[in-house]
Amino acid sequence: MINIFEVNETNSMIEQEKLDVRTITLGISLLDCCDGDLDALNRNIYAKITRLARNLVSTGREIEIEYGIPIVNKRISVTPVALIAGSACSSLEDFVSIARTLDKAAADTGVNFIGGYSAIVSKGMTRIDELLIRSIPRALSSTERVCSSVNIGSTKTGINMDAVRLMGEMIKETAEATKEQNSLGCAKLVVFCNAPDDNPFMAGAFHGISEADAVIHVGVSGPGVVKHALESVRGKDFEVLCETVKKTAFKVTRVGQLVAQVASERLGIPFGIVDLSLAPTPSVGDSVAEILEEMGLESVGAPGTTAALALLNDQVKKGGVMASSFVGGLSSAFIPVSEDQGMIDAVIRGSLTLEKLEAMTCVCSVGLDMIAIPGSTPASTISGIIADEASIGMINQKTTAVRLIPVIGKDVGDMVEFGGLLGHAPVQQVNRFDCSRFINRGGRIPAPIHSFKN
Amino acid sequence: MSKTIITVVGKDTVGIIAKVCTYLANNQVNVEDISQTIVQGYFNMMMIVDTSKSAKPFSEMVTELETLGDEIGVKIRCQREDIFTRMHRI
Repeated sequence: MINIFEVNETNSMIEQEKLDVRTITLGISLLDCCDGDLDALNRNIYAKITRLARNLVSTGREIEIEYGIPIVNKRISVTPVALIAGSACSSLEDFVSIARTLDKAAADTGVNFIGGYSAIVSKGMTRIDELLIRSIPRALSSTERVCSSVNIGSTKTGINMDAVRLMGEMIKETAEATKEQNSLGCAKLVVFCNAPDDNPFMAGAFHGISEADAVIHVGVSGPGVVKHALESVRGKDFEVLCETVKKTAFKVTRVGQLVAQVASERLGIPFGIVDLSLAPTPSVGDSVAEILEEMGLESVGAPGTTAALALLNDQVKKGGVMASSFVGGLSSAFIPVSEDQGMIDAVIRGSLTLEKLEAMTCVCSVGLDMIAIPGSTPASTISGIIADEASIGMINQKTTAVRLIPVIGKDVGDMVEFGGLLGHAPVQQVNRFDCSRFINRGGRIPAPIHSFKN
Repeated sequence: MSKTIITVVGKDTVGIIAKVCTYLANNQVNVEDISQTIVQGYFNMMMIVDTSKSAKPFSEMVTELETLGDEIGVKIRCQREDIFTRMHRI
């Protein structure tokens, strides 16, 4: 039988260490909504999303109350729109009408974000893929809740450098189109390599074609719980450190698994996966950076940071995998800058640079995330950063992503506010040397060799 | 049917258990186990209860117990047991 100490431990994780379930994400296939008529397509999309998600928010709320665990976000991911819009869309405006439909469906079901305004172009782009990508700036500037992602490479296909070049331009255009809100549109746009089909976290969530008609995914969190657990093993060796992270990750993930199962049962929608990610928020005590500093770093970015992050991720996975029947999505620790107070402080202190963040992404999920850069950064430089990040993913068979925000009108050292969970960030220095001749070559980088690993 | 855990934490005062138990009895909730400690003057109690005979919706009970706690000056939480067993038992 459960005892008073165990009950108190769980409740203090929730109350003092900010344990929560970060998101319940309902993945919905839109493949059966296809129609050659744009109005009919929009009607079908709206009807299917609102039918399947009508009880999502209220069910999430019920679970929160009954189990006493906060569920911060309820969200929806859909089939990449480029896959379903082909026969109905022939202009940018046609695509934007679908974004507006998604936005309305999200608002009417009460979710704060809907992901899947996406295209998968890891090897080549169809005319439709390209139209969707070119419509992203308009779609994100004329909607509130729609999130967009584009997969531009994979370990199996190599990197589509035409798409990389185009995405650099689209990020700049999105920044311009939303400059009145500190280029906020870019916070809802992710460029992936090896994007997973079952990611529940925004802005990169979409419902991949390998998924069932509808599924429930859950993203757990809990950086504060890990940090608190590590405070009790200060000065102990790495064996003790790793065991502590692993045991804590197990406990955190068990809560996610429970919430996923209950939500799936009550909504009558199959359970997909639990995503084991440690997802920080801008509030104090909910930071991945603070965990790394608790391990013994003076400030994130110091030598040792990559090793600390690598061991953190590996132990989170080891603990989490046993706690859940199905693990998927991105699963490890996010290192966004604007959404993590410890990262923000490290950038201001001068210990954390873009280059060190890039090194950290070699061992973490997902990539260069929520980083504000000068609005004057050329599109080709952004494409260069995307190509670097995608190469890390392609060669190392892992998901990597870029979510950069070139804030129009801001320069290095300025502070930018995005609001809510998106947080705030100091504008960071970008390497000023040019890579446009490299980016403008066009074509593809071939898939890597899968042997001779060194 | 899974059990429910009620926890009461706060400054010790006369009649905390009586008031909580009166509420539970009025709502046909059966108390199966109580453990209680006082740490540095703070009252800390956990009850394992069975709500299956109660007609009251679970979420209402959560809110009413919270309100009762506010009246007594303690924090009362009412949660389904699964969250604890899942976390602490393999």
